[in-house]
Amino acid sequence: MSATFVGMPAFPVAAREALANSQQRRNLAHATSTIRAKRAAVVAEVDDWEQLRLAGAAIKDNTLLHLDEQLLRLEESLTARGATVHWARDAAEACAVVAEVARGHGVDEVVKVKSMATVEIGLNDALAAEGIAAWETDLAELIVQLGDDLPSHILVPAIHRNRAEIREIFLRHMAEAGRPAPADLTDEPARLAEAARLHLREKFLRAKVAVSGANFAVADSGTLVVVESEGNGRMCLTLPEVLVSVVGIEKVVPTWADLDVFLQLLPRSSTGERMNPYTSTWAGVTPGDGPQEVHVVLLDNGRTRALADEVGRQALRCIRCSACLNVCPVYERTGGHAYGSVYPGPIGAILNPLLKGVGVDAQTDSLPYASSLCGACFEACPVRIDIPSVLVDLRAQVVDAHRPSAKPEALAMRAAAAAFGSGARLGALERLSGLAGRLLGSRGRTAPGGRRLLGRVPGPGAAWTDTRDLPRPPAESFRAWWSRTGGRDE
Amino acid sequence: MSDTSAAREEILSRVRSAVSGADRSPVTVPRGYRATGPVDVGLFAERVADYRATVVRCALAEVPDRIAQALTGRGRVLVPEGFAWPVRGAVPDDGLTSADLDAVDAVVTGATVGIAATGTIVLSHGPGEGRRALTLVPDVHVCVVREDQVVADVPDAVAMLDPARPTTWVSGPSATSDIELDRVEGVHGPRTLHVILAG
Ligand code: SF4
Repeated sequence: MSATFVGMPAFPVAAREALANSQQRRNLAHATSTIRAKRAAVVAEVDDWEQLRLAGAAIKDNTLLHLDEQLLRLEESLTARGATVHWARDAAEACAVVAEVARGHGVDEVVKVKSMATVEIGLNDALAAEGIAAWETDLAELIVQLGDDLPSHILVPAIHRNRAEIREIFLRHMAEAGRPAPADLTDEPARLAEAARLHLREKFLRAKVAVSGANFAVADSGTLVVVESEGNGRMCLTLPEVLVSVVGIEKVVPTWADLDVFLQLLPRSSTGERMNPYTSTWAGVTPGDGPQEVHVVLLDNGRTRALADEVGRQALRCIRCSACLNVCPVYERTGGHAYGSVYPGPIGAILNPLLKGVGVDAQTDSLPYASSLCGACFEACPVRIDIPSVLVDLRAQVVDAHRPSAKPEALAMRAAAAAFGSGARLGALERLSGLAGRLLGSRGRTAPGGRRLLGRVPGPGAAWTDTRDLPRPPAESFRAWWSRTGGRDE
Repeated sequence: MSDTSAAREEILSRVRSAVSGADRSPVTVPRGYRATGPVDVGLFAERVADYRATVVRCALAEVPDRIAQALTGRGRVLVPEGFAWPVRGAVPDDGLTSADLDAVDAVVTGATVGIAATGTIVLSHGPGEGRRALTLVPDVHVCVVREDQVVADVPDAVAMLDPARPTTWVSGPSATSDIELDRVEGVHGPRTLHVILAG
């Protein structure tokens, strides 16, 4: 019953369709602006926010550069705490481990905590093929699953649905999956949440096997961490007898003490709260408390490919907070589905090509172009992933992969990579382009809606603008405007 | 179970070759953020209340009365072993099943640490706090936090906790923002969180 991203059209086609869906655009604009404001307020409260970002990036970098040692330590700690550690090179191997555990206990269903990694590997479909139903228990994932839909946001997978649509989905489909929605269900969020509580409680109480991901895995103590809001995570991590956690190998952090950085960065960046309602930590098996059989699947599935990319490797620092989605002007207009992956938005535009490689499919190759390179994602990222630089580098890789039919932007993108690699050079370039914008002002034309466009530009850029409308460079760059006004309205 | 050691070897060797050309000298981790300020117990109370939890402050001697007040009108009440205060009519946790717990209305526990900056209560599920399911399945959680258990910020709490123990960090009642990003209290965890801050 689950939809899939496979065979999605390339970003520009999917984006054009999404842009025509005005209901979705309204839902998205409302949601992203709400969360941007919340995030800004709680980040401003923390005096040493910039230092936390530096610390978060440094901890992750140190770990990634010694990932082999850290993984071995994690394995040793987990084993010492009674967990069974499995390794999976790809999605199929990871799914096979989970299915084997479930089959070993003779179950035909498992309950799931929201986990990007398990969506990435297509676990629900793989289990369904073995006759095992995987019940999503996060409210948004439940909405997505019951609606036979696809997630569109890392944090709020059903962000594209409004309350009236959710009520419809519950009334129509809850009965097929278990306890039906109350007949007098309204579209009040509290009533909808109550319906989900009742529907899922019977599943929590009877489930024998649970599947989770993990936000962090601590190498020196074997502690896994799940950060959540609703308590469905706690239910899955606590009540069933058996727990299988699928953990990307980049989730490892060296020590328990390092969590003091991430448990500050993540909730404020993600839901815009000082702290999320619930965080659970556990190390293997605790006698008399929670699952007595614990499995951990360490998943590669392209992560080592990303690790080998000198510029792109920083994407593995990502803690999946979704702040970059919420500040992205492209995401806000197209929504998550256009990216054709469980990882949408700016992080998706770099992570998907890094995990899968470029030159393999047109959909993935189109993603590095799904950006205006405005840099808002980098400013918001709690672990300082320089997404614009990685995008630019990936564009060059995509172009290289398609030689000999090389496109004219190859050279331009290589030059841009050099500029983005250095703040000073970028500043100089922006000033130049602002100047060019003023000089070229007279050549422009106006797009429907009043946006000023440049027509065909002369010189090496001509081939590029033959097929594209190039927005006229503003007289003042964003960075110049920001340092002059500090972001205040003029 | 199937043996995944071939995958293990291959992943480790892929990692090694991926970083073989990289400069692996350690990056310095700035730790200045760990110098947190003085503990402000009032701030803790405020921030817990911000999550729409109920917060009551009282002297240590008043705790039993405050617990009784918080439980007024609640049916079956559960108290974990080792809880420091008397709770009248409470049942002990003698190996209750999940279904048994679902029939319990409220649970009363202590906590290990409170974090002022974030309004968070951390349980480490030892004596007085009980196994994890106790504070999860019942719909009401009454939690007694002593003022001397409150620390300034997240780093202070992390430093105090044992990574080998399961911990649950609770910041307000269970909530979701999945419907149009409206925060709604009460999904799967306790829908009512009642904090008694004593000292
Ligand atoms: S790239 Fe940064 S901002 Fe985006 S989800 Fe990952 S950690 Fe968050």
